[in-house]
Amino acid sequence: MPPLLKLILIRIGLGVLTLLLVSVVVFVATQALPGDAAKAILGREAANKDRYEAVKEQLGLNKPVLQQYVGWLGGVVTGDLGDSLAQGSPVTGLIGRRVVNSFILVFVAALVSVPVSLILGSITALRRDTKFDTGVTVGSLTLAALPEFVIGIILILLFATQVIKVMPATSRVDSGLPILQQLELFVLPALTLTLAVAPYITRILRASTIEVLESEYVMMARLKGLPERLVLNRHALPNALAPALQVTALNLAWLAGGVVVVEYLFAFPGIGSLLVDSVANRDMPMVQAITLIIAAVYVVANLTADILTILVSPRLRTGLR
Amino acid sequence: MAPDAAPTREGEAVLKVEGLRIVLDPSGIDIDDDVSLVIHRGEVLGLVGESASGKTTVGTSLLDYQRRGAKIAEGRVQIDGQDVLAMDQRALRGIRGGRISYVPQDSSAALNPALRIGTQLLEILEVHGFGSSQQDREERLAQMMGEVLLPSDKQFLRRYPHQLSGGQQQRVAIAMAFANRPKVIVLDEPTTALDVTTQAHVLDTVRDLTRSYGVAALYITHDLAVVSNLADRIAVMYAGKVVEVGTRDELFDEGHHPYTRKLLASIPDITGQRALRGIPGWAPRPGQRPPGCAFAPRCDWAVDKCGEAFPPVETVSPGHEVRCWRQQEVGARGSVLQAEAGEREAVLMPEDDEQVISVRNVTAFYQHKETLHGITTSVAQGHCLSLVGESGSGKTTLARCIAGLHPHKIVGDIEFEGKPLARDARDRSRSIRQAIQYIFQSPYSSLNPRKTIAQILSQPLKVFFDLSRDEMEDRMVKVLEQVALDSSLLSRYPDQLSGGERQRLAIARSLAAEPTVLICDEVTSWLDVSVQAAIIELLAQLQRDMGLSMLFVTHNLALVRSISQEVAVMNDGRIVEYGLVDAVLEDPQADYTKKLLSDTPTV
Amino acid sequence: MSTPEIRVNDSELVEPVAVHADSRPSEWVMMLREAWRMGRTKIGVVIFGAIVAIAVVGPWVAPYSPTEFVAPPFSPPDIPTTWFGSDYLGHDVLTRVLYGGRTVILLALLATIIGLGLGVTLGLITGYARRWIDESIMRILDVVLAFPQIVLALLFVSILGPRLWLIVVIVGVSHAPRIARVARAATLEVAQRDFVRAAEALGIARWKILFNEILPSITSPLLVEFGLRLTYSIGVIAALSFLGFGMQPPAADWGLMINENRIGIVIQPWPVLVPVLLIGILTIGTNLIADGLGRALIGIERDTGVG
Repeated sequence: MPPLLKLILIRIGLGVLTLLLVSVVVFVATQALPGDAAKAILGREAANKDRYEAVKEQLGLNKPVLQQYVGWLGGVVTGDLGDSLAQGSPVTGLIGRRVVNSFILVFVAALVSVPVSLILGSITALRRDTKFDTGVTVGSLTLAALPEFVIGIILILLFATQVIKVMPATSRVDSGLPILQQLELFVLPALTLTLAVAPYITRILRASTIEVLESEYVMMARLKGLPERLVLNRHALPNALAPALQVTALNLAWLAGGVVVVEYLFAFPGIGSLLVDSVANRDMPMVQAITLIIAAVYVVANLTADILTILVSPRLRTGLR
Repeated sequence: MAPDAAPTREGEAVLKVEGLRIVLDPSGIDIDDDVSLVIHRGEVLGLVGESASGKTTVGTSLLDYQRRGAKIAEGRVQIDGQDVLAMDQRALRGIRGGRISYVPQDSSAALNPALRIGTQLLEILEVHGFGSSQQDREERLAQMMGEVLLPSDKQFLRRYPHQLSGGQQQRVAIAMAFANRPKVIVLDEPTTALDVTTQAHVLDTVRDLTRSYGVAALYITHDLAVVSNLADRIAVMYAGKVVEVGTRDELFDEGHHPYTRKLLASIPDITGQRALRGIPGWAPRPGQRPPGCAFAPRCDWAVDKCGEAFPPVETVSPGHEVRCWRQQEVGARGSVLQAEAGEREAVLMPEDDEQVISVRNVTAFYQHKETLHGITTSVAQGHCLSLVGESGSGKTTLARCIAGLHPHKIVGDIEFEGKPLARDARDRSRSIRQAIQYIFQSPYSSLNPRKTIAQILSQPLKVFFDLSRDEMEDRMVKVLEQVALDSSLLSRYPDQLSGGERQRLAIARSLAAEPTVLICDEVTSWLDVSVQAAIIELLAQLQRDMGLSMLFVTHNLALVRSISQEVAVMNDGRIVEYGLVDAVLEDPQADYTKKLLSDTPTV
Repeated sequence: MSTPEIRVNDSELVEPVAVHADSRPSEWVMMLREAWRMGRTKIGVVIFGAIVAIAVVGPWVAPYSPTEFVAPPFSPPDIPTTWFGSDYLGHDVLTRVLYGGRTVILLALLATIIGLGLGVTLGLITGYARRWIDESIMRILDVVLAFPQIVLALLFVSILGPRLWLIVVIVGVSHAPRIARVARAATLEVAQRDFVRAAEALGIARWKILFNEILPSITSPLLVEFGLRLTYSIGVIAALSFLGFGMQPPAADWGLMINENRIGIVIQPWPVLVPVLLIGILTIGTNLIADGLGRALIGIERDTGVG
């Protein structure tokens, strides 16, 4: 087997292993922790014997733990995530549309935050110690500190309620209309996510670009008399590509977590707000499904970035030690 | 390997540096001051200096380039009468890589890891508009590769830097520098990271190319031996100033600056005729240099005046210039090597030759790779055995196997005083761990920077002895005395010491255990030559006075005469030659030893 | 393998440190001093100190009881009786703000300490242990890393309910892999230094080497990490309260206040705005401190050659 292919297959294998372990964590947390899951789910209703037995039956709690897990995992793999306890219908059907909504939200936020942070990160590195750099650095340091709901609420106060009312404070999606005609509903949530993630990414990218710019090979390119354009485009930036890829993956993974609070804040109908509702309702199959999806996004994003990094780095690609 | 061409001093001056001053930015502290140099067509000027002398900074400033943290404050750098420092960015780009080019110290870092070497070579021709067509440039590329003895086929050019050996990488960098037929070339320690045999090839290439292209070359190095065979003239730098310039013979036979003379005397002599003499103290870093002549505190000839003002340039003979208040008296002492070093005393041969350490048929692995193949050797009581070899020869691995610091598979017998040694130091008895002490290569790595010197010294004392506070203190003061360090240093941290002092401290730590065997692993390779000599003197004296048995690991064949009775030459995990030092060096039997001997530069 | 004659060529370009100067304080103290010299650290410390002071002293200076009815729900500010008006139940906003900071700060500190303790232990072990131990632990940490902190907390809250100890533990555990990565990288770097070999050659026990040789060498980056993780702990714990899974009503808590009073944001923004600003300023403060420490660390490493 070519070494490159082997390297990539090993990475994929590790990714699958991680996913498998993730499913174990999800399962253990929701179904196999010491204590009675059915009782926890029903709360006071647990006194009702029939209801109690029904829930136990539905979750398969009467079987041995390992058998429960295997059965559950089998369902997950075949797309059967069980029935929602709160709504009684299959989870798959309930979350389909919401996954799409969340995906669009994350996509829009990534579409803005990735290029913005790439550009800001590299410009501040190139113009190190200028006023622009200091401004961006201080600004990103401040913004990066703020939890996303703080940013979101400030945006709501500024644009939707108190100062200028140009935006809806909540994103009540009208399911009758195509999503593309309701884009204004995405603006504030996407902006919140962008403002929360972009500064963080910008800072990482600035640091990695500076490292490249201070490398011996960039110095050598300058001493060869190359025009600055070539120094940057041919020598510096390609070497900053690998960190940029990693950072983009980090970005996506972060967004997958960020949607929870932001969707809840804006009442945006995605999987994040659904997760919060499901936790409140103790709708375990729903919680399992959504946490699995979010963790899978992280694993897949990282895996993709790792493989792309291998492909863009000659040192890794040619597989020589 | 003497220079075969007469110095071309009367040729046209291509490069002129005048009054160059480079400072740390933003503090404004001098790195270099008042540096003036002239290099003629076809001439190699060696710029020699120890660490922190400011030599590298001078090198890049000839291309009007400074790293972050430094800037050129004043001076002129003229190439063919044009001032490089006054050029705008555009003109500067035009001459960089064109009329003046640069060969870096470490090509493995200076070649772009993400670009094929062909691309990196071709681009320097393209941006400077070499030839009239792509074909011209590709022809030139093939020619360059031939000149540096590298293949020029497509497949080789499509390789990435990491697919080349260290020597090949350095050749690529040299090819790149000569590509546009420059007038001036700056070589910044281009062989420092290479083994001697590779170094010898690279030096030959540099010599041939500068001669045949008539280039004015500045060869920067810390190693006088390297330039003494290559350079037509040598400029000696100390603490940011050029203290003496002259031909090789002028400096070696009648050096007029005390530093030049002392530096020469501290170079190990492979012929073994003269003694090795270190210079006390260390070279001060920018910001810590004393007023007046910065060498004065280390100088035997220093008078009050030296601490007050830096002397002006005085001409000894045309082209031989020196900056010392007492240059006439100093110069009158005649031949440097005889006057300053004196004859070498023979290393004593102890009568007792009972084996202390014996290694029989030892094979060692690194991960799953076999790196030592069936080694058999021994160290006798009170003797010093030198293990000599290039990087990858297995010399350090062998030393670590004996010390119990090789955490991989080892097969064979290693014995101490006739009893087998456990593989891992942890599995050895306390008395054995105490008896065998190991001194590491880098004193920057072997001393915990978070601990005070007292804490560092107390470590072996606590492990091996049961001492009261006062006894502990006494022992620490005693071992510091043995290595000539002041006991007032006890409360300091290692970073407050110079490199040489750190290595002395590391030696003191091993002495604190009261060992019978000392294993020294490349203990001088991180030190300046002048400091190296002093450490060797110290080790030789300790070994003699305390009757220690010693294993001295080094890549420098020239050092072994000054310290050891026996030598084992290693190559590729095998001992290729073993014998008494004088016998091996004077009448080598193995081809590899012969090659190593002929490739080792000497003054 | 040895590499002959590798030197630090740039030593000329380093601003001087005093060789043979009087004995100096430990590098830890040097880092704190260096950090304190920076304006941003001072601002950070002042901000952090002020907010902590509000949270600690608050309950003693509060004008009302946090559950006392002072005005009709969502009344606008009326100085001097109710500076920030009243909340959705007619309680005094100022009073509830003064009461509501303690828990979030305390929980965040606890979670960060747990995360740091766990992360550092794992980082030290993985950085200095045999390869298979290292790889298995790192694989497990990767799994924890796959869950965004808030999602991991929600996952466990879903079955065990919103308990404060649980939140502290889960937030701490979710910090651990990130801190462990930093600690492991630092440990790997230190563990290959020869002073560790030297200690091994003396036969000193592995755990002693870990704690006496390696740990002191990585404390500085860990201090920076502590500041950074504290910032995130505050964010996550406040967010959990905001989602309704932290402190439960009728407790006074900044995150909870935001959630409870959101519906009235148009008519009476203060019960939302004030806690939002306090949480925001608090995290800015801790982040400024972390950044100051980080910059100081880089400076000290450069000067002393300590890494």
